[in-house]
Amino acid sequence: MSDLETFRAEARAWLEENCPAEMRTPAKGDEDVCWGGRNFVFQSESQKLWLERCMAKGYTVPDWPKAYGGAGLSPQETKVLRQEMAKLGCRSPLNSFGIWMLGPALLKFGTEEQKVHYMGQIARGEIRWCQGYSEPGSGSDLVSMQTFGEDKGDHWVVNGQKIWTSYADKADWIFCLVRTDKTNKYQGISFLLFDMETPGVTTKPIKLISGNSPFCETFFDNVVVPKHQIVGELNRGWDVAKYLLGHEREMISGMGGDGGVTSIGAAMKAVLSEEPVLRAQMALFDVENLTFRAHGERFMDEWKTGKAHPAYSNLMKYVGTELNKKRNELVMSIGGTQALEWESERSNGGSKARNWLRTKANSIEGGTSEVMLNVVSKRILEMPGA
Amino acid sequence: MAMTLNDDQNMLRDSARDFMASEAPVTHFRKFRDMGCKDGFSHGLWKQFAEMGFTGILIPEAEGGMGMGQIEAGIVLEEIGRNLSPSPFLTTSVAAVEALKLADKAMRDRWFPGILAGETVIGIAIEEGVKHRPEKIACVAERSGNGFKLTGQKQFVVQGASSDMLIVAARTAGAAGETDGLTLFAIDKDAAGLSMEAARLVDSAMAAHVKLEGVQVDADAVIGEVDGGWAVLSKMLDAGRVGAAAEMVGVGTGAMDMTFDYLKTRKQFDRVIGEFQALQHRAAHLYGEMEGARSIVLKAQSLMDEGHAKAELYVAAAKAKAGLACNLAVREGVQMHGGIGMTDEYDIGLYMKRDRGLNEFFGDAYYHADRVATMNGY
Repeated sequence: MSDLETFRAEARAWLEENCPAEMRTPAKGDEDVCWGGRNFVFQSESQKLWLERCMAKGYTVPDWPKAYGGAGLSPQETKVLRQEMAKLGCRSPLNSFGIWMLGPALLKFGTEEQKVHYMGQIARGEIRWCQGYSEPGSGSDLVSMQTFGEDKGDHWVVNGQKIWTSYADKADWIFCLVRTDKTNKYQGISFLLFDMETPGVTTKPIKLISGNSPFCETFFDNVVVPKHQIVGELNRGWDVAKYLLGHEREMISGMGGDGGVTSIGAAMKAVLSEEPVLRAQMALFDVENLTFRAHGERFMDEWKTGKAHPAYSNLMKYVGTELNKKRNELVMSIGGTQALEWESERSNGGSKARNWLRTKANSIEGGTSEVMLNVVSKRILEMPGA
Repeated sequence: MAMTLNDDQNMLRDSARDFMASEAPVTHFRKFRDMGCKDGFSHGLWKQFAEMGFTGILIPEAEGGMGMGQIEAGIVLEEIGRNLSPSPFLTTSVAAVEALKLADKAMRDRWFPGILAGETVIGIAIEEGVKHRPEKIACVAERSGNGFKLTGQKQFVVQGASSDMLIVAARTAGAAGETDGLTLFAIDKDAAGLSMEAARLVDSAMAAHVKLEGVQVDADAVIGEVDGGWAVLSKMLDAGRVGAAAEMVGVGTGAMDMTFDYLKTRKQFDRVIGEFQALQHRAAHLYGEMEGARSIVLKAQSLMDEGHAKAELYVAAAKAKAGLACNLAVREGVQMHGGIGMTDEYDIGLYMKRDRGLNEFFGDAYYHADRVATMNGY
């Protein structure tokens, strides 16, 4: 047996022994997802137990080094662990922007002290992070952002406003782009970390077309940030942000919808059998969906072995988010008038309609589809022009 | 397995790429097209394929071949597609060989040596109508003497008139529409009652309309089981489909690369047209479609090589996706080339024609999307 197969057997045995039965059933809603943080309320004893056991084993962040709370697994071992978790239907023990976004940036740009401190907190689910990037006047043109940190010797005083801050009202800390030099556009931004309880930080949820409020406006009014809370060099925060956006795009593209390779068509057979054109659309969607899953698998294999183009995650983000929007359009069409219900219990609080509306943001957040196509065209295809 | 090529496969790709680019580039295709070649391919090139080991790529090592799988056959096919290299590789070395691997030893011994030597060409006689409907086969094989007597007609038999043998699917039981009751036969080109009318296709390939008027064959002409031909047929068709998909990845990539080069050189309004965002976005979208096609084809090939239960689903999805993506590549290719794309002198139009032929081969994108829906339970 190869080392990898030995690992597979061990991982499987560990999961079977340690993953509580309830954590092997699909999450019923967002409230079943463990986001960690100071104010997180566990939904059940099993959820808490599962997090604690994974934490002790380093499995909340299996591919991070052991020194920073991970299990130090190789990319291949991590893939095997995820495969075994999927086979048993294990829920993710911990979701967080810290794991997906900040952690990888710290690993590349952070000091040893920062890695031990912040990555450890993330791995243990102690701190829930949010991301301060977009501003009201700086969406796709992010680098025009103006939130300013004035140098006061051993600290900055930050003033400005961020927008589209995911779960800012629930987050404990923020990783935030702050302008520290007004004379240099790209090399005048720093990547700062600070506590959302710092005096001067306020948040205001934004109600979306889905009726939900996953995003906030975030205001900074003379917020004091100590100098040691910078990641990377002064005025070189754009490098960190770009690196991290790559991870965000990878994460969003990886979602590509919630369905995996399983078709949603079978459950809708009664409707589809009487709607030949809709069935045909569903069939073509299934072809695209199987394609995207294979594409994602190939991308991850190439990414891990260093063969993928550094800008490739932009392509996956584009394809995955457009696919997810298409999926939800089909869900609405197949659902017909039943899918229009907004509040009833039988519609699970209008979940189809709300999810459909939520997915419209997929191709806007984290870089619009149009920006993704610009990046693919210029960096991968090497098309001319600015 | 990992969705990346291993070292051996990369070496094969490099040698297939060099070989096609030097021995069978688009100029080779044009030469044979312009001389009105009755075969639609060069027998000399087919011999060279044999010298490279390509013709026996799927034939087991014990029988003199390379004993490789669909991934490797697909690597060769992608290069064939990229260069529009005309050859019997897809029908003979992929589809026919997969069927013959399920035949008895006597039949394998009869046909494999010629394929290995690049001397034998085999035609696949399945289609009876204008669209791919293998279960609707109506051509009849009745018991007669020591064997069978075949009566019916076949269409779109690629390189049929140049073939030494035809693999013919005929009905030994049941009615059109049933998958049971089909049987595959190996029929010699000189058999009495067999006649062919060769027709040139839009992509300059030759395909035959075949008539079977009481063609008498012995029982040993049967490939696989009598009445149980669907299993052999499915294997052969799936190999042909995933092979055509791989070739379309090559055709689409060739057309796309040519188009991207053109966008970087053609000037209008005092700048290269590749600077225009309207074209950049379409180029990037096309690239994503071709990358998706490449991925699903590789997935389908690897599942076939593993003998995985889901292989059939992925082959259908791969044929559909490769067809859609390659078709987009050639349409965008002609449009982005503008007027010059409409000329016979320029190569992009040749890619458009080849795409059309390959899309129809063993079922188009709509046929296979329909199969995906059925296999997915709706």
